Amino acid sequence: MNGLLHVSSSPHVRGKVTTRSIMYDVLIALLPATVFGIYRCGPRSLAVVLVTVAAAVLSEYLYEKGTKRPVTILDGSAALTGLLLALNMPVQISLWIPVLGSVFAIVVVKQLFGGLGQNFMNPALAARCFLLISFTGKMTDFTVDGVSGATPLALLKSGQSVNVVDLFWGFTGGSIGEISTVAILLGAVYLLARRVISWIIPVSYLGSFAICLILFGGHGLDPAFLLGHLFGGGLMLGAWFMATDYVTSPITRNGKILFGILLGVLTCIFRLFGGSAGGVSYAIILGNLVVPLLEKVTMPKAFGWEGKQS
Amino acid sequence: MSDATFRGGVHPYDGKDLSKDKPVRIVLPKGDLVYPLSQHIGAPARPVVAKGDSVLVGQLIGEASGFLSANVISSVSGKVKAIEPRLLPNGMTATSIIVENDHAYQAVPGMGEKRDCMKMTKEEIRQAIKDAGIVGMGGAGFPTHVKLTPKDDSAIDYVIVNGAECEPYLTSDYRMMMEEPKKIIGGLRAMLQLFENARGVIAIEKNKPEAIEMLSELVKDEPRMEVCPMKVKYPQGAERNLIYAVSGRKLTSRKLPADVGCVVSNTDSVIAIYMAVCETTPLMRRIVTVTGNAIQDPQNFNVRTGTCYAELIEEAGGFAGEPAKIISGGPMMGFALTNLEVPVTKTSSALLCLLEDPVAEESQTACIRCGRCAEVCPSHLVPQKMMEACQRFDLEQFEKLYGMECYECGSCTYTCPARRPLTQAFKQARKAVADNRRKQQAAK
Repeated sequence: MNGLLHVSSSPHVRGKVTTRSIMYDVLIALLPATVFGIYRCGPRSLAVVLVTVAAAVLSEYLYEKGTKRPVTILDGSAALTGLLLALNMPVQISLWIPVLGSVFAIVVVKQLFGGLGQNFMNPALAARCFLLISFTGKMTDFTVDGVSGATPLALLKSGQSVNVVDLFWGFTGGSIGEISTVAILLGAVYLLARRVISWIIPVSYLGSFAICLILFGGHGLDPAFLLGHLFGGGLMLGAWFMATDYVTSPITRNGKILFGILLGVLTCIFRLFGGSAGGVSYAIILGNLVVPLLEKVTMPKAFGWEGKQS
Repeated sequence: MSDATFRGGVHPYDGKDLSKDKPVRIVLPKGDLVYPLSQHIGAPARPVVAKGDSVLVGQLIGEASGFLSANVISSVSGKVKAIEPRLLPNGMTATSIIVENDHAYQAVPGMGEKRDCMKMTKEEIRQAIKDAGIVGMGGAGFPTHVKLTPKDDSAIDYVIVNGAECEPYLTSDYRMMMEEPKKIIGGLRAMLQLFENARGVIAIEKNKPEAIEMLSELVKDEPRMEVCPMKVKYPQGAERNLIYAVSGRKLTSRKLPADVGCVVSNTDSVIAIYMAVCETTPLMRRIVTVTGNAIQDPQNFNVRTGTCYAELIEEAGGFAGEPAKIISGGPMMGFALTNLEVPVTKTSSALLCLLEDPVAEESQTACIRCGRCAEVCPSHLVPQKMMEACQRFDLEQFEKLYGMECYECGSCTYTCPARRPLTQAFKQARKAVADNRRKQQAAK
């Protein structure tokens, strides 16, 4: 013994979960949706995924190098942002559009606000909304196998019916990663089992959305309409993978419930009364903006202080 | 029925298998003994011996110097060599009495005399506990005679023996439950003598089924005692969580257990109470678990207080490799030592030697607001927000976020995936708030 001992403040042990392991878990959870999307939409979608992820990671690397900050690309967060953005792309998109989206997500939304943990909007969703507003036509052109088909939500909006079973398995039109409900749920189950996410936000989101839809959708309890809306568009991907983003969702338990309800109501409003068929992305980034307020009003009281004035 | 527990907490690797089946072995000190006069919360004891004096085993050498203070007793016979400042396991320095051991172990007259606590008055029992210098041996070191003297004895309806031992690696309480269960029952009986309306509850985590079985068998014929098995979770043995699990009552930092009708004592303290009351033996020894992957032969020792930690390492076969970190206490709330030349005190429970130090190996990253800290906090705080307040040096906000309700269990830091030093920041902030409060009070 050379007498040199480490000294630090307690605790002296640490749990196994790290930021990196969390990010990698989410990437793993997105695999089913990604693989199914590539299988269904063809090899071009693989190119979209790879290019978008690479652009996101490279943006982070270059920004951090350029500003002389520690490079954090190995924590997986930039890759995750890139993948989420890619999964929100239609397969026929020109590749420079998702590249632009990745740069916007990483540099403008994430890094300019202070990097990991500091952004007030989900970078992937903010970038998607940015692209959606800038390139509306290209971003909503869902051509599969050379046939341009209307998305399920567009069909529902125009009063037509959709095949709910196809929608559940993913034999339908839409962005690369959002078409198969079952693939997304598979990933969600993995995240729940690994305790990376809790059920609170997704369940209150989907629950309040369904209730709003029953009340204001004009179809009452019609299961085809309800399930069409639940399985269609970006709702499942949004509820399980975007709304649960730690950085941009409330940290308090009651805040999470309110956040989920708010997203459900907003999504319903956008889908039923909005100009476009979808509405998940806008609902979530709007919800992101009120997170500080939700946290403030739902700050819990300490053990033993319940019902007391501090 | 689900097991008694609380909301929050973590499940660290418990490491108890290293030493749980090793019977307690008596270790006699080789070198000089060091008795710090401050081994408890409150005023330091006043030395009542001088350099050159001869002392006996069980002799009072430091006298309680105020309402909140405790006696210090010599655990060997010999000569007072010096009275000087010495380093404590918690990094503080305290005036200590150094005794040169004559290895004769001559005891003061009357020590070891058997007494029947059922025939003693409350005053006699309390005096015996006070004389023995007993303090809370779970780690806090609150003088036991003060704890056992609430305003109204009849308002106490729970006397809880804390046998949770939720801190990883520690097996000293478990060994005592297995080896000296009758002394635990005897100590509890003495405490119940003080509180006529109280039930005695021995609370044990379910990872110690043999201990639960053993004590359940013994309390069968005790109408006022029961065993309460608890869920295995850190920090189940923290006073507030324990009281909540047993009684459903909630304690805050503003209250003492007696305010909610409870008295809580650590297993080893209860044994010390038995020894003081029924066998006229003051607190002179501690059960210490010497363990960790850097120890050749992890064991539980019965050690005289004042013994140097370094001697315990030798008794446990020495180091199995180069230790990176040595901790006095458990890995969650213990103190990292800079060297082994510190004495075993009344609140020592373990000497944990680890080959690797995860704290040094990992660097902190940005907070991603995952909320795990808030999920595990047993006080239902939001450490993420408290940390933000600490980083802004905003003590007012820290207090608003109930920062003073934190009792530094370390669960948030343990669980933080970004490896942020939350508990460390809270310790500093809590100390700063407490200091400011004291200053304000002094100014008034």
